[in-house]
Amino acid sequence: MDPILSLSHLKKYYSDQKAVDDISFDIQEGSIFGLLGPNGAGKTTLLRMITGIFYPDSGTITLDGKTFDPINDIQKIGYMPEERGLYKKMKIGEQALYLAQLKGLSKSDANEKIKYWFKKFEMESWWNKKVEDLSKGMSQKLQFVTTILHEPKLIILDEPFSGLDPVNANLIKDEIFNLAKKGSTIIFSTHRMEQVEEICDQIVLVNLGKKILDGTVTDIKQQFKENIFSIQTAEAISLHDNAIFSVVSTANHKNLVKINEGYKSNDVLAYLLKENVNIVGYNEVLPSLNEIFIQLVEDTHSTTRAFQPL
Amino acid sequence: MNKIWLIIQREYTTRVSNKRFLLVTFLMPLLIVALIAGSAYVSVSGAEHRKIAVVDPNGFIQSALKNSEQIKFSFPKDVDTNNYKDKGYTDVLIIPKFEGHEKTEYILRSKKSMGLMLQNSITSKINNAIEDQMLQEAGIQQNMLDSIHKASQFAELKAYEDKGSTSKESNAGLAMGIGYASGFLIYLTMFIYGTMVMRGVMEEKTNRIAEVIISSVKPFELMLGKIIGIGAVGLTQFILWITLIISLTSVATSFLPADIQHQVTTLQQNNGQMAAGMAGASESAKQIYAMQHTFATANWTLIISCFIFYFLGGYLFYSSLFAAVGSVVNEDAQDAQSLLFPVTMPLIFSYIITNMVTQNPNTPIAFWASIIPFSSPMVMMARIAYGVPSAVSYWELALSMGTLIIGFLFTTWLSGKIYRTGILLYGKKPTWKLMIQWAFKKS
Repeated sequence: MDPILSLSHLKKYYSDQKAVDDISFDIQEGSIFGLLGPNGAGKTTLLRMITGIFYPDSGTITLDGKTFDPINDIQKIGYMPEERGLYKKMKIGEQALYLAQLKGLSKSDANEKIKYWFKKFEMESWWNKKVEDLSKGMSQKLQFVTTILHEPKLIILDEPFSGLDPVNANLIKDEIFNLAKKGSTIIFSTHRMEQVEEICDQIVLVNLGKKILDGTVTDIKQQFKENIFSIQTAEAISLHDNAIFSVVSTANHKNLVKINEGYKSNDVLAYLLKENVNIVGYNEVLPSLNEIFIQLVEDTHSTTRAFQPL
Repeated sequence: MNKIWLIIQREYTTRVSNKRFLLVTFLMPLLIVALIAGSAYVSVSGAEHRKIAVVDPNGFIQSALKNSEQIKFSFPKDVDTNNYKDKGYTDVLIIPKFEGHEKTEYILRSKKSMGLMLQNSITSKINNAIEDQMLQEAGIQQNMLDSIHKASQFAELKAYEDKGSTSKESNAGLAMGIGYASGFLIYLTMFIYGTMVMRGVMEEKTNRIAEVIISSVKPFELMLGKIIGIGAVGLTQFILWITLIISLTSVATSFLPADIQHQVTTLQQNNGQMAAGMAGASESAKQIYAMQHTFATANWTLIISCFIFYFLGGYLFYSSLFAAVGSVVNEDAQDAQSLLFPVTMPLIFSYIITNMVTQNPNTPIAFWASIIPFSSPMVMMARIAYGVPSAVSYWELALSMGTLIIGFLFTTWLSGKIYRTGILLYGKKPTWKLMIQWAFKKS
């Protein structure tokens, strides 16, 4: 299957920094894609190029099989920027209508869709309220609705959950899954790793304008695993470093061991059986994305080499 | 194009449907009338009352110094500079005895210093009296003098401007009034609507809606939509004001007594003369006719159409600069102030030139200021009031309009480039150097 969005050697330099420095990746249609990176990594610049707000200095963007056309392809994209707001003095219904019309919807079409979404998100009674009367979470919901109203093929959400309570965050999360199921592609930019692990199929990690990681969440976890296994036993035991593994930590009835080079997980089991240990649980411990993220970001900061495990 | 239209609509309707817009539109003319009436009242009622004791050994001055509502002259015998206050006078005027033809001085001593206007009027009264006295000494009779004075009051300058074979009556006073009023109005509206544009841009930036909108439309479209929308609000306001003025005057004239209205129409039909066999027109009918006649000397079609052109041209020229400033400032209003300075300076300067040009429309500075687009909307309006082509030739008008069009195309292009970068930039404190960099870097 062809990717819906394909970036190739994108560059954008400002006078004082390389905001995006030769970044390429593909996003498959219908996937939920995580764009990760610390503050100032170049995420927003990258997203602004994908949404046609900025023109890249060099490189190409291909959307839906064709070269990205910032003027006409805007209808295919829904963008919720990190710095987002609304006209405070405008009525909510009128505001949604205005933003939808700017995306190219006809007035009647927009009206119909707004009614549908307002009903779905229980916002019907808001129509004549002004934005200044809304709480932060409420205006966040409104912003989400106006982003997806015109049924874009590509939805870009920059920190969509900031300021939302768990109930509303879940509401939006479910909707993100729904949209992906219906065939929309979602780019999701954040530095909240637990959300990424939960939601994203594929991630790209950028730092200092460069891509430093690209892959599916499971692949990346496999790639960064350190052969650490957790052993749960019925009785408390004391394990010691030996030829097969070294002990990472011991707590209650749970031991973490790191298998040495050249041995497999079964070797550990065989050893434990031989020692007559009563095993109740045995599984591999994969690193969390958070750990990988911190490790990689610190690596790129402390050394100048571009770490690209690909 | 369709999207610019949407933006214009939003900018227009949110402002026009605002209660404040209606309030300002209908209260402003009333406020101006109240202001004029108020200041007139204050200047009349607040005028000082003076009692002036005159010491005049000549004897002939007394008839020249007539009492008015504010000044009472009296000619007591035993008043001097030491005791005039005790005798209840505010001033004492001591006139020396005139002998021969040397220049003499008269002395005025006052409790409170006297205004220049009053001083001048007293001086000219005394001088006239001396002149009359000398004429009489030279053998001219008093009654002859009086009749000469009376006759000379009737002389009045009637100026005509030559247009090919026909000449048209012109009125410098009216031209000055129109020139000043339209120049001032353009100056005022540049400021009002310019800052409105700036505030609108700042609102979008500080509310963080700019990036949401810009992901749907080009920044230039957003800027242009805002400028055009607010310009349309300005035009609406003008049209409402003009309608208001016209309907108020027609309401006012309908309250005139029927016979005066009839007399005015007769005067109009007969070029200022009453028809034979009719009673002479009353004073008020003559005044109304004279006013209407004076107003008719101006070429209103030309003035109004030029006003609309220069209002729109000047507005587009300045408001895009205001928009550029609005796009670079952050929440800090102080930043806006210092960045606005280079934009407001030429506006204020042009206003000063306009004041000069209303007096004298054909100096070199008036010419250049009416060609340079920074000042042309105001200065050219002041000159046009004196007539085209008599004060402003057609090529000058065409050149001025042309440079203004080029000027606003240039400022909108320039501001568009600054705006595009500025509107998405948060936190950084803007400088003019940075803005110029943005303006001239290639996209």
